[in-house]
Amino acid sequence: MSKLLEVENLWVKFPTRNGVFDAVRGVSFSLGQERLGIVGESGSGKSMTGRAILRLIRPPGMIEADKMELEGVDLLGRSEREMRKVRGQQISMIMQDPKFSLNPVMRVGAQISEAYRLHAKVSKKEAKRKAIAMLEAVAIRDPERVYRMFPHEVSGGMGQRIMIAMMLIPDPKIMIADEPTSALDVSVQMQVLEIMDKLVKDRGMGLIFISHDLNLVSSFCDRVLIMYAGRVVETLPADKLHEAQHPYTRGLLNSLPRLDAPKERLDVLQRDPAWATEESVSG
Amino acid sequence: MSGIEIEGLNVWFGEYEERVDAVKNAKLSVPKGGSFGLVGESGSGKSTILRAIMGLAPTWSGKIDILGKPVETPRSRDFYRAVQMVFQDPYASLHPRHSVDQVLSETLSLHGFKDIDTRISKLLDDVGLGPSFRFRYPHQLSGGQRQRVAIARALAPEPQILLLDEPTSALDVSVQAEILNLLTDLRAEHKLTYLMVSHDLAVVGHICHDIAVMQLGEIVETLGVEDMRAMRTEHPYTKHLLESSLQSAAR
Ligand SMILES: Nc1ncnc2c1ncn2[C@@H]1O[C@H](COP(=O)(O)OP(=O)(O)OP(=O)(O)O)[C@@H](O)[C@H]1O
Ligand SMILES: Nc1ncnc2c1ncn2[C@@H]1O[C@H](COP(=O)(O)OP(=O)(O)OP(=O)(O)O)[C@@H](O)[C@H]1O
Ligand SMILES: [Mg+2]
Ligand SMILES: [Mg+2]
Repeated sequence: MSKLLEVENLWVKFPTRNGVFDAVRGVSFSLGQERLGIVGESGSGKSMTGRAILRLIRPPGMIEADKMELEGVDLLGRSEREMRKVRGQQISMIMQDPKFSLNPVMRVGAQISEAYRLHAKVSKKEAKRKAIAMLEAVAIRDPERVYRMFPHEVSGGMGQRIMIAMMLIPDPKIMIADEPTSALDVSVQMQVLEIMDKLVKDRGMGLIFISHDLNLVSSFCDRVLIMYAGRVVETLPADKLHEAQHPYTRGLLNSLPRLDAPKERLDVLQRDPAWATEESVSG
Repeated sequence: MSGIEIEGLNVWFGEYEERVDAVKNAKLSVPKGGSFGLVGESGSGKSTILRAIMGLAPTWSGKIDILGKPVETPRSRDFYRAVQMVFQDPYASLHPRHSVDQVLSETLSLHGFKDIDTRISKLLDDVGLGPSFRFRYPHQLSGGQRQRVAIARALAPEPQILLLDEPTSALDVSVQAEILNLLTDLRAEHKLTYLMVSHDLAVVGHICHDIAVMQLGEIVETLGVEDMRAMRTEHPYTKHLLESSLQSAAR
């Protein structure tokens, strides 16, 4: 399998009043034409890992790594201008806060067709047709109407799907999807996942799928990295997620509520300080 | 006494051919101290029902009674003390230039609390955020941490009714378990009333006694949690929703 992305010893650091806070601490992994899941508790550094790959960490935050390469070519040394090209064309990211990433004063449709016209030299009319087709592809019921709406007028799940539609435009080599389906009901979720799956299978895209939904990651992804306190504590084939060994991963699995097995109180994770100091494993 | 009583609720946006009927003739009733779930298709009007209760829907008709009294327009300060909402989109609902401390102290002083400092520590502790988060700004927080700030803010005025729009969808399962246990405890201690939207039926099943299923602006079925677990349902859409949820959990 050819490597699309290689990351070695990645650190993301934020200087704060009380010294430097390390949000990501020495993460290493590689990505091929596959679906790589990242799970882990809130604040464990999943989003920062994704953003660091695109060099989207706001100053004073800093990125350090021994190696960060896209198809064998270094990403760390590229100029900001070159990075903008990478972001527009080679690596797409679906942000965790979909509506925040849309322009609030521009209609949804105009944003999608504009993005499309930046990518493909087509007429306005053609871009509109394409934009509506994309809204339809992400299972939006009334694409013509949604095309004319402003971001604040769409529902949470519609916002997520609009972001997904936009990120599909450039036909990226790598897609980083940060909680892309967290607001979607299961049936719509399935349709959206199918679209991403197709890109991986048919076009050889690499997908980094950040999610807290363990069942979903286990059934949808090929491999999973489990993060804790900025490190990768375990890596597994996704379908073996339920056989995970690390006590943190086991704790995560046990805290899920179940429709078929109700209980008064849910188990909560007992965090062991030792987990935070273990060596990061490589994925 | 009833906590929330809604009947014949219609909410629409726009006029003439642009008009969208987001909620059509909705009816639901949550006793005081009860816990009610809204599930259904994306875009079916779940958030809109909560927003209408909060006075955030521009055009609506029908009956909305809170704690036995019809709501006033605009809503009074007493209303906002009694009824709080956790929004689906925590980033948008937190002011980008206000620190966690500012967000919480503002809410607390608006509602006339005095011991603000101790209350802030307690609230942060309740939602599992340590004191180190107190002076952070929204962009310095992860998605789940922002959501917990939003929950803390909603709890600050000690409301009697909480409207929760996907309160845990941005949270990983371990924090989700902590928040769900907190919600269970609060309801037991203070007889809180919940109206909760979630796409996760296991979460709704854990918290709620009664569940309404929405599709295309309408409540197509209301059922008890036991019926939901046992798949005793009348409506094909409910059946579909339950089947796909159980499948995805069993995978
Ligand atoms: N600008 C900043 N300054 C200081 N700390 C920050 C800043 N931005 C993020 N952090 C911290 O970095 C850590 C990792 O954040 P990240 O957003 O990657 O978490 P996450 O794993 O995506 O969590 P979630 O599931 O809640 O979205 C968090 O503890 C967060 O508070
Ligand atoms: N301000 C607005 N102007 C026009 N239409 C709106 C506005 N707000 C909501 N709508 C429309 O009302 C419908 C219901 O939206 P709502 O946000 O209630 O859905 P939802 O059930 O919460 O969906 P989700 O699960 O995706 O969050 C959608 O079609 C939406 O586009
Ligand atoms: Mg995140
Ligand atoms: Mg909603």
